Amino acid sequence: MTFHHEHFRQPFLRSPFIERIEALSSTENWTGWNTYKVPRVVDKLTSEYFAVRSGCAVMDLTPMEKYRISGNDAAAYLDRLVTRDISTLKPGRVTYIVWCNDDGKVIDDGTLFQLANNDYRLCAQHHQLDWLLMSASGFDVQIRTETSDVAALAVQGPTSYSVLTAAGIAGLDGLKPFGIANLRCDGIAVTVSRTGFTGDLGYEVWVEPQHALTIWDAIFGVQGQYDVVAMGLDALEMVRIEAGFIMPGFDFNTADATVRNGHDRSPYEIGLGWVVNLDKGHFTGRKALLAEKARPIQRRLTKIVVDGNKPVGEAFIYAGKNGKQIGEVRCTIWSPVLKANLALADIEYVNGKLSPKLWARFDYQRELKWHTAWAECHSQTKPFYTPDHRSATPPGRF
Amino acid sequence: MIERIDAIIIGAGHNGLVCASTLARTGMQVLCLESSDSAGGMSAPRSIGENYHFPGLAHASYPVSAAIRRELKLDQYGYVPGTAVDTIALDAAGQHLTIGTDRVAGDNLSEADEQAYPAFRKTYLAFAKAIRPLFDNKPPRLKDMDFADTATLAKLGWNVRLGLGRETMYEFLRVAAINIYDVLNEEFEDDRLKAAIAVDAILGSAMGPRSPGTVLTWLQRLQGEINGPLSLQSGGQAQLAHALTQSAESAGVTIQLNTHVEKILIENGKAFGVQLTNGDMVKAKVIISNADPRSTFSDLVGAPQLDTMFANRVAQIRGSGVVAKLHLALNGLPEFTGLAESQLRNRLLVAPSMQYIEHAFNHSKYNECSENPVLEITLPSLHNSSLAPDGHHVMSVNVAFVPYALDGGWQQQKSTYAYKVISLLGQYAPNLTSLVVDHEFLTPQDIEEQFHAVQGHWHHGELSIHQSFMMRPLHGAAQYDTPVDGLFLCGAGCHPGGGLTGLPGHNAAKRVLKLGGAK
Repeated sequence: MTFHHEHFRQPFLRSPFIERIEALSSTENWTGWNTYKVPRVVDKLTSEYFAVRSGCAVMDLTPMEKYRISGNDAAAYLDRLVTRDISTLKPGRVTYIVWCNDDGKVIDDGTLFQLANNDYRLCAQHHQLDWLLMSASGFDVQIRTETSDVAALAVQGPTSYSVLTAAGIAGLDGLKPFGIANLRCDGIAVTVSRTGFTGDLGYEVWVEPQHALTIWDAIFGVQGQYDVVAMGLDALEMVRIEAGFIMPGFDFNTADATVRNGHDRSPYEIGLGWVVNLDKGHFTGRKALLAEKARPIQRRLTKIVVDGNKPVGEAFIYAGKNGKQIGEVRCTIWSPVLKANLALADIEYVNGKLSPKLWARFDYQRELKWHTAWAECHSQTKPFYTPDHRSATPPGRF
Repeated sequence: MIERIDAIIIGAGHNGLVCASTLARTGMQVLCLESSDSAGGMSAPRSIGENYHFPGLAHASYPVSAAIRRELKLDQYGYVPGTAVDTIALDAAGQHLTIGTDRVAGDNLSEADEQAYPAFRKTYLAFAKAIRPLFDNKPPRLKDMDFADTATLAKLGWNVRLGLGRETMYEFLRVAAINIYDVLNEEFEDDRLKAAIAVDAILGSAMGPRSPGTVLTWLQRLQGEINGPLSLQSGGQAQLAHALTQSAESAGVTIQLNTHVEKILIENGKAFGVQLTNGDMVKAKVIISNADPRSTFSDLVGAPQLDTMFANRVAQIRGSGVVAKLHLALNGLPEFTGLAESQLRNRLLVAPSMQYIEHAFNHSKYNECSENPVLEITLPSLHNSSLAPDGHHVMSVNVAFVPYALDGGWQQQKSTYAYKVISLLGQYAPNLTSLVVDHEFLTPQDIEEQFHAVQGHWHHGELSIHQSFMMRPLHGAAQYDTPVDGLFLCGAGCHPGGGLTGLPGHNAAKRVLKLGGAK
């Protein structure tokens, strides 16, 4: 018998896949994600990163917060919750969403899966049940956390289609990006969505927890044929920045976690204006966003490429070398594929415009000695890395 | 094409009529939609059968402010505030206490209490006057103040510091947020006297004398006394409803009775009309709701048109009615032990002690009816003999504390409880039970159903500190305009709250005009 007061003996929950990941872990480099034990690096960061970009990487997605939203008003409820028009979403399709508080500041982002009419799964980085329930008043909806009821694997990389097919999941050839298919693997029902957080060709496989290991074994069973690598969060951090995906709570402060005035961010301010539909009817934050849109742009989370190859780390952004300080780097990586310093930076606009000259000033260490460096930055609106094979249907057999 | 008028007011209660008449006087074209068959809301007269008539749910009130009377020409349309009445604190043994605005008298009253009373009243009336600027204006916002907000706060600061003087200000700041129980125990000895004052602080609220904030509720009530003494004159309230109707109609307001609004129509974040239950649609440039803010937002607007946090705050508004109304048709005048006939014209209270009130309140907290409720009794037919046939009388009784959601439901227990109240009255007026020809008992559920006040709350929401001033009815809609463009509130749920004051309606009209009227 377990007692609740004994929870401290097991500070992390164990995903149904964890014993396989533990067996592969040479680094024992673990961290927590929504109280689940997850690897930062399973074996080698470089091989995990390159598996995503040139092979197939597998990551345990079970800790992703998953909510089942159903009922007669489920569609109306979601349309009021999120900034995007979800009335155009169809069963068997997925869409990227973001939701705001009354002030039009972002609480979290996520993906919304329409499983059937008035039956949705919402996946979010952070715990959202309180906000989802608070938003439910006045709607005929049922909201249930199903994080631990569904085991999920991200299978990502150019060969992910080939790997899953070889693993026995037939019928993926027609599945388009953001599509959902109910298929079988070794006689087990699996749901496969063509979604991911890597910017590469990739799938997410959803299965009942008791079949989790069977599916894992089927996928890793093709290792002789294909390079299949278990991947941790550190490699994910690299590929998601290359793909231009943002991480709530890291690249911007989420509204529910913001105490200080002005430290939260609107969808526009974090570059998600494209998911805001002000014409679809009312949603939480609409009035505030309409007002924001009528004002000159104040700031944007901006994709920048920083010249040189010194690690940027934490840096301020200036309007020109030795110019006025106008921003801060939120996240940065050295991209092995692009051979460039990539960063997302929160940059203040002047008179509604981005400064034409952007320079970063940062400190770096060489043999323990600190140096200060200036490097010019080049902003861009497109994701840093968008390979063609990412969206080809049917996917290529690599 | 449907014509678009300037303003629709939902609900022809007295605040709706004040708002309508004020706006119409500026030349706006105003349509007032009322679901019942008469205008006036809680101030509209009621009847039992053909022969017995009652002043309405509100049987006692203070005069409407001079400014509203003047502006809406109410006196010209027959408004009479009525004559002053005293309050008689009934005692089972017949040792009653007569309490006026500046004097108290009765058997076994200590000299100390008798002397302390006028000074006490003077002090609290001064407190009430000091905070008056808050009531006559929209509640000031603390962030993004406009000039009017700054002016209100400046007047308030001036009144409290310089008007009251240093010592009195200290006393005001000490008591403003505490409970009436502590204050009255400091001031007086006599249970009857303390209870009678406490009744004025808590009647209509789900609060006992020991509840925090009951000094504030009393100060809110005393706002009425600034205009004049408590009036029971039968038909006086009916006259208010009548005078307001006349005032509104003469200013060009169309009052449409028996018209139910089902939905406020909103497009692109702006209210543009209302949908009636008969399917008709009426368009207007502004929509002003005199309905309870909870039903306005939850039912008429609906959650899909509101932001999550705002809708959540609406759902959290506290306001569950705890007062029932008993109307009695009598075939003779009741004889109260120890009271002369002439004294029956006053307001009579059954509330022997603050402890008694607190006990009665406790029952309502647990969804029970108290066996020993607080009663506020009036005999309107003594002021207007036309309310009942010759020699017959009508009695109107507020019964507190009676829960909205009675355990086991009202259906089974309503008449049993009404008879319990009648027999309690019989302890003070022994011949009463034999005189009762007919009765009507309105539980908070009945009040909700018939007056569209959510959970039967007189004031469309508790007058607690956290729901007062810039938090009334809730943050985001405290200055009469709402998150929905073109939609305003004007009812008792708004600042400065309930009572037959007309102030919410008047303040709302000023706000509508300030924000551009029907432009």
